[in-house]
Amino acid sequence: MENYIIEMLHITKEFPGIIANDDITLQLRKGEIHALLGENGAGKSTLMSVLFGLYQAEKGEIKKNGEVVKINNPNDANSLGIGMVHQHFKLVEIFTVLENIILGVEPNKMGFLQKKEARDKVISLSKKYGLQVDPDAYIEKISVGMQQRVEILKMLYRDNDILIFDEPTAVLTPQEIDELMDIMRGFAKEGKSILFITHKLNEIMSVADRCTVLRKGKCIGTVDIKNTTKEELSKMMVGRDISFTVDKKEIATGDVVLSVHNVTVPSKTSKKNAVKNVSFEVKAGEIVCLAGIEGNGQTELVAALTGLDKLSKGEITLAGKDITKASIRNRSKTGMSHIPEDRHKYGLVLDYSLEDNIVLQRYWQTEFQKNGFIKRPAVRSYADKLIEQYDVRSGQGALSTTRSMSGGNQQKAIIARELDKKHELLVAVQPTRGLDVGAIEFIHKQLIGNRDQGKGVLLISLELDEVMNVSDRILVMYEGEIVGELDPKTTTVQELGLYMSGAKRNVGKESGHAE
Amino acid sequence: MQNKTFSLKSITKTKGFSSFTAALLAIALGLIFGFIVMVFALPGNSLAGFGRVLFGGFTRLGDVLYFATPILMTGLSVGFAFKMGLFNIGSSGQYTMGMFFALYVGFMWPMPASIHWLVCVLAGLIGGMIWGFIPGILKALFNVNEVITSIMFNYIGMYLVDMLVQGNSTMYISTKTRTAYLPASAQIPSLGIPYSNANIAIIIAIVIAILLHITLNKTTFGYELKATGFNKFASKYAGMSDKRNTILTMVIAGALSGLGGAFAILAPSTIAGSSMTYEPISVIASAGFNGIAVALLGFANPIGTIFSAIFISHIGRGGTLASLLGYKPEIIDVVIAVIIYFSSFALIMNAAFARFIKQRREKKLDTNQPTDNIKKGKEA
Repeated sequence: MENYIIEMLHITKEFPGIIANDDITLQLRKGEIHALLGENGAGKSTLMSVLFGLYQAEKGEIKKNGEVVKINNPNDANSLGIGMVHQHFKLVEIFTVLENIILGVEPNKMGFLQKKEARDKVISLSKKYGLQVDPDAYIEKISVGMQQRVEILKMLYRDNDILIFDEPTAVLTPQEIDELMDIMRGFAKEGKSILFITHKLNEIMSVADRCTVLRKGKCIGTVDIKNTTKEELSKMMVGRDISFTVDKKEIATGDVVLSVHNVTVPSKTSKKNAVKNVSFEVKAGEIVCLAGIEGNGQTELVAALTGLDKLSKGEITLAGKDITKASIRNRSKTGMSHIPEDRHKYGLVLDYSLEDNIVLQRYWQTEFQKNGFIKRPAVRSYADKLIEQYDVRSGQGALSTTRSMSGGNQQKAIIARELDKKHELLVAVQPTRGLDVGAIEFIHKQLIGNRDQGKGVLLISLELDEVMNVSDRILVMYEGEIVGELDPKTTTVQELGLYMSGAKRNVGKESGHAE
Repeated sequence: MQNKTFSLKSITKTKGFSSFTAALLAIALGLIFGFIVMVFALPGNSLAGFGRVLFGGFTRLGDVLYFATPILMTGLSVGFAFKMGLFNIGSSGQYTMGMFFALYVGFMWPMPASIHWLVCVLAGLIGGMIWGFIPGILKALFNVNEVITSIMFNYIGMYLVDMLVQGNSTMYISTKTRTAYLPASAQIPSLGIPYSNANIAIIIAIVIAILLHITLNKTTFGYELKATGFNKFASKYAGMSDKRNTILTMVIAGALSGLGGAFAILAPSTIAGSSMTYEPISVIASAGFNGIAVALLGFANPIGTIFSAIFISHIGRGGTLASLLGYKPEIIDVVIAVIIYFSSFALIMNAAFARFIKQRREKKLDTNQPTDNIKKGKEA
């Protein structure tokens, strides 16, 4: 019999109305990188929460080194050497790196903090594993990549040897992802065991030894990465074949739909400008992608384009009309559709029903209201039509509360609303963020379909696959400027990465210096 | 038979039902604690006294309706603003302003009896509107927290009204430190219940509650208002005018409170030749704060607010009767406060209760059709 460091045997976890984990067995060998693959809602997070002591399973048992253990809370997990890097970091923003690392296990003498001791340990750990951090920097001031290193150091500081990474690459640049992969390999070599939760197949293929696939709460199987392919994994995950290449017709551009001229947007957090003198155009029938690492001014640029925020300089023209100072409603009327970055904050009123959300941009039109009274039957039939057309799934159809819907279906509802609305330009900000491959495929098809109908599409994305596959033209943003214009057909991911990290530029350098 | 159970189920499933049952549970809890207080205060008469608190209101139906009217209006005011995510703690100030405007028109603008009281009521509405508008516009244009401005406007309104009343010799009788009796033409027509001040204002208030309910649920304005209350970012994204809606909501909330003030002061007197009076003694009207409790207990729902206002008024009247059994008015106030306080836990109770019901139902569903579920899972 093989030796497993952690075994989760026949785990069943039910929530009211849903079986999140149904008889799942997961066995982790010592020193391996074990990927846990599954769509959103497949039960990955639930399973890891059971292992981490956040939930108790109704059935099944957990063994460590062959002995049954009971994990009632994260402290139990911690004392068994299990550590977790959560998808959303659990850091105290106004504390320093060091304070965050020792939080909960503060070394003390008679109640007085012994920071020196802790600092030495953190520094030696960070040297040993190549995890560069500044112990005295405040969390709110450091990059997302460094925050993640802090999370990793937290686990190491607690001498954990079973490390759970919950979708760790979602927030990283290609270069940072490579670094993380190296760090993970280093841990495995040291004999630490890694559970790696993801739905990105490339990463699994490059770093994992074995992979367990979950689908709809059930365990589909565990495979050796050596003996499998990306296609096979995705089929296991989704239950059908997924095409990775996006089929696109030849590009047929028309008139300029959106013209952005010398736009400057002030930053909210500092005195600098978040967007500096940016100019570009989007034509009808093309997908222009704004690529870049998070926090390089894309969010602020979109806020200025869509009217959520004011710009300090420059002009924006939409379909021939100057909309620089237009209200959000007027931009919408002029022909702007907007899939917002944060679908919970901006895209949906989560406590409203699906039908109320579907008419969120149109409830004021005479189609849906008369003398200020909402025409309920018209709203209902319109919502039903879009739900059918875009395959939005929910518990109670048009009347479901959107809060109760899955992320993918929430996004589908937003896409249905924005695409069905009369528009010339679609601004789609990270439309596939956090979604599974099935939903991503669907959304990409919709974006391309929209382009083929002769609309202009401005796609803002952090996902390199998306940038490369979907767009017709790539604009790279770095520190508030457009530093590169690339053709996805002729460029490579590596080159794109260089532009994104500011190492290379081919646009606006001279003019930038001249000013 | 089957039909009957089905319809019962569909009723128990509604949100309103679970809110209602939660409110009842919370009220029961409040009553128990109120009773405990009474036992401690005066054990001998506690049962009889509690009986009066509970049922005394039924013998004074007219008074219950009369005292319910102003707190129904302030409750609607607080609840309505709450739907948009605004906390209108300035209801008292708006109420006082409404009262003053109504008094002023009542004393200073002689008019035929048929319309005088109506004009007074409208004046009250305008007074409240103004006092809601100012915090509203400060919030909308300068993002000044409406809680702070409206608290300050409670004081500003109260002192301003006291000053204006005391400075007006037609309105104020300084020897009695109260306003003079209003002319009969300015008093709202009575409902005709003997020995009570009950008047048609309660009917107007209930109609207003129903109109508010329709506004909130059937109109684009209500749609925008609730959307803003649930998620102001999404409402901004959808192009709704946050500023306009904030001002409008505060104006409406102010108008409702102002009407409450007008209804209270314009109520007909049971003694011919007299009227309700206002005493400018530098005290903030309690009706505004009671409105918060009323709105909480009614889940900020206009229809729910009708019932919670009547309930709180009912307990209050019962309490007054209980004082005849030797309970000091202060103790009665404590008992009523305890009941209201615990009843307001309804909000918390509601969440817990809804969860409980939901779990029960889902468990039942699971056991009812397990094969169905598994089949579905396999197919998918």
